Amino acid sequence: MPAITFIHPDGKSDCVETSVGESAMQAATRHGLDGILAECGGNAMCATCHVYVDESWLARLPAMADDEDALLDGTASERRPTSRLSCQIKITPELDGLVVKLPERQV
Amino acid sequence: MTASGTPAATGPASVPHLDVDPFDMNFFADPYPTHQRLREAGPVVYLDKWNVYGVARYAEVHAVLNDPATFCSSRGVGLSDFKKETPWRPPSLILEADPPAHTRTRAVLSKVLSPTVMKQVRDRFAAAAEERVDALLDKRSFDAITDLAEAYPLSIFPDALGLKAEGREHLIPYASVVFNAFGPPNELRQQAIARSAPHQAYVAEQCQRDNLAPGGFGACIHAQADEGAITATEAPLLVRSLLSAGLDTTVNGIGAAVYCLARFPEQWQRLRDDPTLARNAFEEAVRFESPVQTFFRTTTREVELSGATIGEGEKVLMFLAAANRDPRRWDQPDSYDITRRTSGHVGFGSGIHMCVGQLVARLEGEVMLTALARRIAKIEITGEPKRRFNNTLRGLDSLPVTITPA
Repeated sequence: MPAITFIHPDGKSDCVETSVGESAMQAATRHGLDGILAECGGNAMCATCHVYVDESWLARLPAMADDEDALLDGTASERRPTSRLSCQIKITPELDGLVVKLPERQV
Repeated sequence: MTASGTPAATGPASVPHLDVDPFDMNFFADPYPTHQRLREAGPVVYLDKWNVYGVARYAEVHAVLNDPATFCSSRGVGLSDFKKETPWRPPSLILEADPPAHTRTRAVLSKVLSPTVMKQVRDRFAAAAEERVDALLDKRSFDAITDLAEAYPLSIFPDALGLKAEGREHLIPYASVVFNAFGPPNELRQQAIARSAPHQAYVAEQCQRDNLAPGGFGACIHAQADEGAITATEAPLLVRSLLSAGLDTTVNGIGAAVYCLARFPEQWQRLRDDPTLARNAFEEAVRFESPVQTFFRTTTREVELSGATIGEGEKVLMFLAAANRDPRRWDQPDSYDITRRTSGHVGFGSGIHMCVGQLVARLEGEVMLTALARRIAKIEITGEPKRRFNNTLRGLDSLPVTITPA
């Protein structure tokens, strides 16, 4: 099972076991992780599952669709070049070890 | 059971038939025992009263919402099948449309109501919530529906849209018609449509470009026609979607939240102790009360759903409210808990048709509950709450309360 590490704004980190086919957001909420709200439930409609992807992983993620790109312009914490919505990161075996940082705020 | 001609009675895995009328006044008064019956009868049921399939468990409601190719919206999201009956008004270009047509119109409204736009209106919405609380603190005793749940959205949403001041009294009655019309041809629907002409005339007029103030959501929709995203004839109908679904829904959402917080004082106290819970307190009220109770889909082909075979052209009624309290999905589903992880509830729907105004609703709910929690110590219900009956919407007609300042 691929594992993802979520690093909180205070530097603490949580390593979360995921299942292939679910999203990084689903893995986080299934484990009750603070810092991912996912108000829309994973429909790419709310921008409250924002993460900053570790640069070394960025190129390995699925390409960003237009709707995700537009939503990221409205995130509560600043958008950076590494910003993604975790509901749009589908877990594959290749993503084992993925590291993402959580923003200060989601709303 | 009715006569054997009904589609459900013929399949090998027979679907349980129920004699439930989910559009009956007695049902509206207390839907919860029936919701439980619907959930426990099976993953898919058949309602003989209206000859429709029904799904009331979370998994099936979520599955139907997320398979728009099989469970389509273009044949109407009410009981009426647009392939067989003429719709009571020109169909919505977004709610009652399927991809690819839907994809284009949806993108326009998503852009007009995006998180970026919400950041721009947030301060204005929050200031209006504070003003509303000022007025309520002057009154002390008031009707939490008219003076709060209705008054607050009415003080911001029509302005945000860019509507003229005159004629706004048509807005809530128009929305009431729209949501009654999704139901079966019962008295609620027939009477609503019979009385709808003046409301329809008002709405059709306000959707025109000349009647919408610059900078508002309405003008932004028309501006999308200049960009070529939609045609000039489509723009007024997309404005109509905001007039139909943008006001009464948030009235019932805020009404639900206030009703919950007044009924469950320990939750009110938690919110008082930590007003940053306001946004989730609103979201949990949307799960708990489900202001939008139901929607229909129509099958585009024969489909198997959780062991039940449903033929082509069948109406499927999704009980959003029952799914939001399905014990298969939720711990203690009948408790209102403002710290619950609400992500995944279907109060705003799910999938491509999930409420396009959900960010507006959450913003209104959050700033209103924040203002209440900061400045009011106590909300007491001082009279019998009265229910407002609608084929789709669940909410109150009046909720007499007395507040104590903080």
